[in-house]
Amino acid sequence: MLNGFTAVYLREVLILKRRIKRQLLSMSVSPLLYLIAFGYAMGDTVSFDGHTYIEFLIPGLIAMSSMTQAFAISTDINVSRFYWHIFEEFQAAPIRDAAYVAGEVLAGMTRAFISVAVILVIGLFFNVSLAYGNLLFWLAIGLNSFVFASLAVGLAMLVKSHADQSLLTSFIITPMAFLGGTFFPVDRLPVWAQEIVYLLPLTHASKVIRQTAFGIVPDSFRYLLLAVIGVLFFFLALKCVSQARD
Amino acid sequence: MIRIENLKKSYKNIHALKGISFSVPPGELFAYLGPNGAGKTTTIRILTGLTRRTSGDAWLGDFHIEEESLKAKRKFGLVMQSINLDQELTISENMDIHCRLFNMSSVERRKKTDELLVYVDLVDRKKSLVKQLSGGMKRRLMIARAMVHTPQILFLDEPTVGLDAKIRRRIWGLIKKIQNRGTTIFLTTHYIEEAEFLADRVAFLDEGKIVVIDTPQKLMEQTGTWAIDRIDGDQMETVYFKTRSDADIFIAKQEESYTLRRVNLEDSFLSFTGKKVIC
Repeated sequence: MLNGFTAVYLREVLILKRRIKRQLLSMSVSPLLYLIAFGYAMGDTVSFDGHTYIEFLIPGLIAMSSMTQAFAISTDINVSRFYWHIFEEFQAAPIRDAAYVAGEVLAGMTRAFISVAVILVIGLFFNVSLAYGNLLFWLAIGLNSFVFASLAVGLAMLVKSHADQSLLTSFIITPMAFLGGTFFPVDRLPVWAQEIVYLLPLTHASKVIRQTAFGIVPDSFRYLLLAVIGVLFFFLALKCVSQARD
Repeated sequence: MIRIENLKKSYKNIHALKGISFSVPPGELFAYLGPNGAGKTTTIRILTGLTRRTSGDAWLGDFHIEEESLKAKRKFGLVMQSINLDQELTISENMDIHCRLFNMSSVERRKKTDELLVYVDLVDRKKSLVKQLSGGMKRRLMIARAMVHTPQILFLDEPTVGLDAKIRRRIWGLIKKIQNRGTTIFLTTHYIEEAEFLADRVAFLDEGKIVVIDTPQKLMEQTGTWAIDRIDGDQMETVYFKTRSDADIFIAKQEESYTLRRVNLEDSFLSFTGKKVIC
């Protein structure tokens, strides 16, 4: 069923390994800037439910970074599709579309987990250490990255050029990064705005990542919701990969 | 080994293939010749599962290309026109990833990689990054990569495009060596001399249709034996003759400069299609 999956995944991992220094640097820049700008600037003047703003911000940054890094696999897929034509190598191989999608999704999730590790290390420099040993914390990150890596693979097949790719980031990822409960508590928004914001998968991911990081028992409904969205996006990706043959 | 029946492909209002039919027996080197846009790459893309056919059927061995695609895909190796190697990875990493697509064990992967890199004379560079290789080396690596699972058919889509004459001839030698192992080779090219040198049979493709299929020798015989190129006004005209004496009679009447030469495969293509094969 998944013959060839390791080839797809290994290829992405080897490329990631070759670029690891650059990748780690680029994964560090945004969280570091947000922590300096918002964390230090807000200082102790703002607190939420007994947590400082930096403590509130770090789980949000984890949700945001795991989303952006998982979604970034779409850029690599596009480069290999339009520029290097590597995608054709996989299309002509005796592997199922599911093996290709699974390999790329897992590669996206791997990047997401590395970016989370980077934020946890940066957080230590800001004297922030939360309940990272909680397995539900890691499960929430896994589901969040699964959702966005699957979405990335599907959308990468739909775009017609590199330029379209940046449009996707501008219209899907950037608004979600700012509105998905990463920088502020969604519950403080007006009800109508909350209803809109809760349509975004990242809002649910931010919520459970933050709850588990603070040692609060999370809402299991949100895990189920993320899993369902992730599976839907995975099947969408399968369909898009199949249609990419025309 | 390859069987195609009334294969058609349309993109909206463009008919790239207008119902082609032919078969290629095992072990043959079959050249598929035509100008840009004739439908050469479209045919290869359909046979290798990169593009869906509009109608018609095709089989690789006993397997239908779409209905039994996974089995059909085990039958062939593919060398695309563009260099589709991972430039940031080493030669052996590129080979290893390709081997994994065919579910080969680690022992098989190592053995086959070493064997093929010796075969294409790249074994000393196996730890080099692909981006450090020359164009000819990349082509040889692509051919080695396509051979990892010992395919019965090798599709070569313009395998020497962009290479200089010396390297092109080295690739020709490699292609012949692969054919001598019993591999069926399906070659598209717009280098006529490549087809003339390598092919057992040649198909002339023009505007999505097969014009003629035969051996290079027979195609040239049908055109003539001698050709005279002469300038007629502002155009060059080529006249073909069955015998040297016929050509000599024609030459005796010439007032302008001319060139007398043997007929080649390009002349045959020109006489069958009325077109030059220009890239």
